[in-house]
Amino acid sequence: MRLEKRTQTSKLALLLAPMAAIAFTLLVSSLLVLWAGAPLGQTYALLFKGGFGSVFALSETLTRAVPLILTGLAATVAFKARLFNIGAEGQLYAGALAAVAVGGLHGGTGFDLPIWLLFVLMMLAAAIAGALLLLGPALLKARLGVDEVVTTLLLNFIMLLFVSAMLDGPMKDPTAMGWPQSVALQGDLELSKLVAQTRIHTGLIWACSLAVALWALMKYTVPGFDIRATGANARAAAFAGVPVTRTVVLVAVLSGALAGLAGAIEVAGRTSYVTLDMSPGYGYTGIVIAMLAALNPMGVLAAAVFVAGVLVGADTMSRAVGVPTYIADVIVAASLISVLVATLMTQYRVVWRRKP
Amino acid sequence: MSAPVLRLTGITKRFGPLVANDAISLELHSGEVLALLGENGAGKSTLVSILFGHYTADEGQIEIFGQPLAPGNPRLALAAGIGMVHQHFTLADNLSVLDNVMLGSEPLWQLFSRRSAARTRLLEVARRFGLPVAPDAKVGSLSVGERQRVEILKALYRGARILILDEPTAVLTPQESEDLFKTLGQMVAQDLSIIFISHKLGEVLRVSHRVAVLRGGKLVAEAPASGTSQAQLAQWMVGHAVTATQRRPAQSPGQAVCALNNVSTAGAGRGQLDGVSLQLKAGEVVAIAGVSGNGQLALAELLCGTRAASLGEITFLGQPMKASPAWLVTQGVARIPEDRHGVGVVGDLNVWENAVSERLRSPAFSKALWVKRQAAQAHAGRILREFDVRGGGPHTPARSLSGGNMQKLILGRALVAPSTETTASQSPKLIIAHQPTWGLDIGAVAYVQQQLIAARDAGAAVLVISDDLDEVLALGDRVAVMHAGRLTQALPAEAWTREAIGLAMAGVHDETTAGVSA
Repeated sequence: MRLEKRTQTSKLALLLAPMAAIAFTLLVSSLLVLWAGAPLGQTYALLFKGGFGSVFALSETLTRAVPLILTGLAATVAFKARLFNIGAEGQLYAGALAAVAVGGLHGGTGFDLPIWLLFVLMMLAAAIAGALLLLGPALLKARLGVDEVVTTLLLNFIMLLFVSAMLDGPMKDPTAMGWPQSVALQGDLELSKLVAQTRIHTGLIWACSLAVALWALMKYTVPGFDIRATGANARAAAFAGVPVTRTVVLVAVLSGALAGLAGAIEVAGRTSYVTLDMSPGYGYTGIVIAMLAALNPMGVLAAAVFVAGVLVGADTMSRAVGVPTYIADVIVAASLISVLVATLMTQYRVVWRRKP
Repeated sequence: MSAPVLRLTGITKRFGPLVANDAISLELHSGEVLALLGENGAGKSTLVSILFGHYTADEGQIEIFGQPLAPGNPRLALAAGIGMVHQHFTLADNLSVLDNVMLGSEPLWQLFSRRSAARTRLLEVARRFGLPVAPDAKVGSLSVGERQRVEILKALYRGARILILDEPTAVLTPQESEDLFKTLGQMVAQDLSIIFISHKLGEVLRVSHRVAVLRGGKLVAEAPASGTSQAQLAQWMVGHAVTATQRRPAQSPGQAVCALNNVSTAGAGRGQLDGVSLQLKAGEVVAIAGVSGNGQLALAELLCGTRAASLGEITFLGQPMKASPAWLVTQGVARIPEDRHGVGVVGDLNVWENAVSERLRSPAFSKALWVKRQAAQAHAGRILREFDVRGGGPHTPARSLSGGNMQKLILGRALVAPSTETTASQSPKLIIAHQPTWGLDIGAVAYVQQQLIAARDAGAAVLVISDDLDEVLALGDRVAVMHAGRLTQALPAEAWTREAIGLAMAGVHDETTAGVSA
């Protein structure tokens, strides 16, 4: 069998492709649910209800979506320029640590500053920390051709060990009774809640604004053109006068800063201190979300809410029918694969070669 | 006449709505050279791909030596005696000639390679068809003509009785082409049959017995080569009478626009420049001939700003030329790269974005980093109209344009400055065109060449770098030849003969050019 490029894509195929992707995802996860011996209809109903079925469920989903939107945007801007940043996880932790360093150490009073200025500095520090962590791999790639997938991926582990060292050392919370967590952020720096009695916070507005800003940047500005041209064909971009190296550096700063902000906003909006398990792989899930969104910043919003809903809903469902929460990972992974294959199939068709 | 060795009956192949081959029937006889002539996109490649089993025809049959050939299987085609020599060689540079010939013709589960038997057989084949070869030479050390010889030997070694040559002269010097034609003569004398694919009319008449002309997927004409003419063939190919590009001689050239003084580039291989000096003057076309891979790319990249010289200096209007595409564009240098898809356009971006990509930073198209979309799209529309770019609007991806339309887009982008620009970059001062008509159909070739001549008449200095000797002679007011990174003097076109250029392309130039320049 082989793939043959379609000369044209029919409207029907474009319509059917996402449906086929959803159907395939449901099929794969249904098989596993049946294997676990749970009632199929009830499982899906609980999953949906747990993720989207009530104000509380929705608030939990949106809370979970905030860091996912930001890491999704970080992956989107980087992948668009073909800078394969696998290190958003580490950059997120770098941002979280930087936020606590500015807004938490010495009870946040080490700096005698008005609170609004301290807040700005906290966010700025997180963005810079994330950006710096990606700048090294980006420069190594641009100057020496070092594969950024390897360097960014490995930096994640270095960063986690660094966080661990900080939580046991200079940033240790003396009141946590030996529990590895950092000192808490000064209370005034925490993000306010959007809805009373829920955990949803103003970080959602930040994340959505950044998505719109990134969308506008990509579509309407010269740097946006540079990023798209560099990613699509770096040689042609350079020929047309696009500063390719400078663009890659800019992309690294943007992507790292977004991931760093994800960490700071998690700390300021939800946890108020850093722990080693504050991110259940948000950095990696961001890549999935970016791919699901076809590297469109606005699509990232929808994809992040979908993934967050599945993750949150799986918790509820798992408690009720005893299917492990890992089913959420299966659903997210299966949906990514089927969306990618479905997109491919709108452009190619499979030709089965007859045996002679 | 004997029974045909190959008979195609009603071959039809569709790609979606496109009919690439429309009920084509052809016969090939023993000891015959059949030329398959047609423009790009006429269906030549599709037809031989079907013949060789890369594609399966939707309708029609193939018969070889009276036996039907099962479709869609290159192995069976090989076994039936069809050999193919591709335009781009399929040889491993780091292996010897013998290894390359044996590669793929030995069974996988065979403990020891039967090299001595293979060597004997190879030398026997080489002797029989007059293709001298050194079996132990590394392919990487061979010239292009010699590599082609290895490709042909590879096919003959496997027992090919029908040889398909896809644009075999595209990479050869005129002398190497002559050698190839002699070889073809020897092969048909031994009853081999040859399908010779080309779009060069002169050599088709020179080498073939019969000519089949394809146009738009249909077989439009079939004639004995002796009974036709170049003009007739061209008319069949294009569908109407063709007039060649008329070149008016240049007025007396103006001041020097760009000068290279003893320029070299760093890197490995024969593709680097080695002490090149050249002067480009306003109102004059300098054309550079040469077999590709002899430094033309390095020269073009230098003048397009995507590479820096390691030695020597390049001046542009008296100042040092910066190795920066953006700077060159603002200074009025129009650049047309060799590789349209890879360098000329960003295929995934829209046509309008590609049309303004070089000048996006100019105040005409952006303000404080915001793109002025209306102005940019209006400018793109102007280029599409003035340069007659068809097959896609401003909002389709540039990738979907055909080669000719893509080249017109690149030409328009390079030559048309935004109307609001009042700076000196209004009309180009220097045009660098590398293989500007490569792979284009006759109509587009004439269009592009006329645009270059028009720009020259408007006072631009034009540099054309081309593999195609006809193009060099059609466009060049002065002609220079490149070989192994060195450039001959640029002499008036009248001072050159085809033979002298051919010798210089092969690197035998010192005495001859001295004679010519006298």
